[in-house]
Amino acid sequence: MMNLFVILLSALLVNNFVLVRFLGICPFMGVSKQVDSAIGMGLATTFVMVVASAATWLIQWFLLEPFGLPFLQNMAFILVIASMVQLVEMFLHKTSPGLYRAMGIFLPLITTNCAILGLAIMAVQGNYSFIETVVFALGGGLGFTLALILLAGIREDLEFADIPKPLQGAGIAFIIAGLLSLAFSGFAGLV
Amino acid sequence: MASLWKDFVRGLWEENPTFRILIGLCPTLAVTTSAINGMSMGLATAFVLICSSALISLLKRLIPDKVRIPAYIIVIATFVTIVDLFMNAYLPELHQVLGLFIPLIVVNCIVLGRAEAFASKNTVIASVFDGLGMGLGFTWALTLLGSIREILGAGSVFGYRLLPEGATTFGIMSLPPGGFITLGILIAVMNMIANRQKAS
Repeated sequence: MMNLFVILLSALLVNNFVLVRFLGICPFMGVSKQVDSAIGMGLATTFVMVVASAATWLIQWFLLEPFGLPFLQNMAFILVIASMVQLVEMFLHKTSPGLYRAMGIFLPLITTNCAILGLAIMAVQGNYSFIETVVFALGGGLGFTLALILLAGIREDLEFADIPKPLQGAGIAFIIAGLLSLAFSGFAGLV
Repeated sequence: MASLWKDFVRGLWEENPTFRILIGLCPTLAVTTSAINGMSMGLATAFVLICSSALISLLKRLIPDKVRIPAYIIVIATFVTIVDLFMNAYLPELHQVLGLFIPLIVVNCIVLGRAEAFASKNTVIASVFDGLGMGLGFTWALTLLGSIREILGAGSVFGYRLLPEGATTFGIMSLPPGGFITLGILIAVMNMIANRQKAS
């Protein structure tokens, strides 16, 4: 139990996927202009992460390893992730059209979020058990959501600030992300 | 010939993936702790980009439109696996440093982006030149970022000492926050240069 808690906390804060491990920077910069869309994107990504990491764990240990095919890992994992995203999209479309509409274009874009493939590969490299993998994915996803909401909140406030012209947009966003990352390095040594 | 040259130089500055279009940012930040790491990552990505652009351009008539994205991803994943296994065998130390970010070239938006936006619509030769330009544009951006972080963080560049022994260095530049801040400032500098070009 303690072990699972450590994995969760480590993925959420100490080794935050975005601010410390540099995974998923593209959506982090792309959809962090408003808090609402940041929350939607974060939760959708978390959900895909949990489902996809569970599926890739099963594939790695029941298909690739027994048949001696670990070199197909990249190809197998990315296909699974792409089809999982498609599945989630179809499922949401049928069961809760409201949520589906709210997420819009962000859903298909989750496929190319490197945090998801990165997480699946890290879970395999770390020899995590099935439960550990799912908890790791949950922590990573929530950490991504947290970082996204923090940046979106700050950027919303910056809307009316007087920023030098060349720094406007991406420039200042990266510097804020750097400061956030500096703040998160304070969590080092927590676990 | 002139149009091939145009395809080539476009990626170097005008549509530079890192500084102008802002794609492929995860490896950009993660591996640029030193100049040599940045350059190796850039060249590995350039190799995948050139090969996959050429192959996708060759196959563009054979791939049905509906399944083109999965088909592109499989082509890209094949070349990434080649790079991954090659580096593991011949450059094990580098493979150790770049680690997770070698397999993650698969989801680098530059590669898929060029496949979708350029290679699927143009001839093989033009696609190779486009891939070469984009790949080298990515490489110089990563090398520059890596050099700055290495000079400020460790006082050296490509392993050669520049600052005298005992000079104050900022260790933070080699850590994640340094990556974000350096890239933010570099993007602002590139915006300034581009604006000045436009004005004159």
